[in-house]
Amino acid sequence: MTEFTATVTVRLKRGVLDPEAETTKRALERLGFELSALRAADRFEVDIEADDADEAAARADEMAERLLANPTIHDYEVAVAER
Amino acid sequence: MTVSVVQFGGSNCDRDAVRALRHLGVDAERVWHEDGIPDDTDGIVLPGGFSYGDYLRAGAMAARAPIMADVRAAADSGVPVLGVCNGAQIGSESGLTPGAFTTNASARFQCESVHLRVERADTPWTAAYDAGDVIELPIAHGEGRFEIGDDAYGKLVDDDRVLFRYCDADGAVTDAANPNGSTGNVAGVLGDRETVAVSMPHPERATLPDVAASTDGQGILRAFV
Repeated sequence: MTEFTATVTVRLKRGVLDPEAETTKRALERLGFELSALRAADRFEVDIEADDADEAAARADEMAERLLANPTIHDYEVAVAER
Repeated sequence: MTVSVVQFGGSNCDRDAVRALRHLGVDAERVWHEDGIPDDTDGIVLPGGFSYGDYLRAGAMAARAPIMADVRAAADSGVPVLGVCNGAQIGSESGLTPGAFTTNASARFQCESVHLRVERADTPWTAAYDAGDVIELPIAHGEGRFEIGDDAYGKLVDDDRVLFRYCDADGAVTDAANPNGSTGNVAGVLGDRETVAVSMPHPERATLPDVAASTDGQGILRAFV
């Protein structure tokens, strides 16, 4: 068994309104920053013991499918690195 | 009929739901989620509140609580199930009903009275109304914007599963009457069965004549009578 960290990034699908990101963008602009757009995402770092990276990725993928993301509104990606 | 009102940690409309149901002559009890759904349950309410502190997403944790397996089994056997507000978020997160409820377009918590157009009257939840009726109920939510995606929304409409839409006092479904940016002004939908429904507006807060400005919510709860 090897120790991995699976990083699961969950973000709203393109086209789904993100009022919190819009509000954050406006606050940055009030501070004088110039920016065209701002997108927010949630990142989960999951430490997993698995035989190999594929197994760790498969497990993290199922975590995203079943809880970390809501497939109706979210896309997600999984990246695995050895710890 | 004994209705189980499921109390999760952070539920706060469970007592209101029990009071409202008892006012209508329905035997209703609060059920702590760890105790499971009692065998003699003839109806289930997933009440409003902030279960599990809205961690991850509103309703996400409660939707994966073990009691939801009981709720799903009951729903599949035809027991009427109603999710209100946080209960609606739990219903969609658990897949009992289609779509998702997410952050209001205003990015604010909104606590106000809204008008709803009854889209169909041939369901247990709306039998007390006529299609096209305008009813008035309170909302109190920060994550009530109904999202479902274009294709799934088309199917939702084709399948006639929209129960209520936000509208103005005359029943016109307009952007101005949409409090939270919901797709199609959708405020409540049906699950796979017509006996399963969710609503972001609160019928139990519009049932008791002594405390409510409107008693229009009684009709929805009459599904349990």
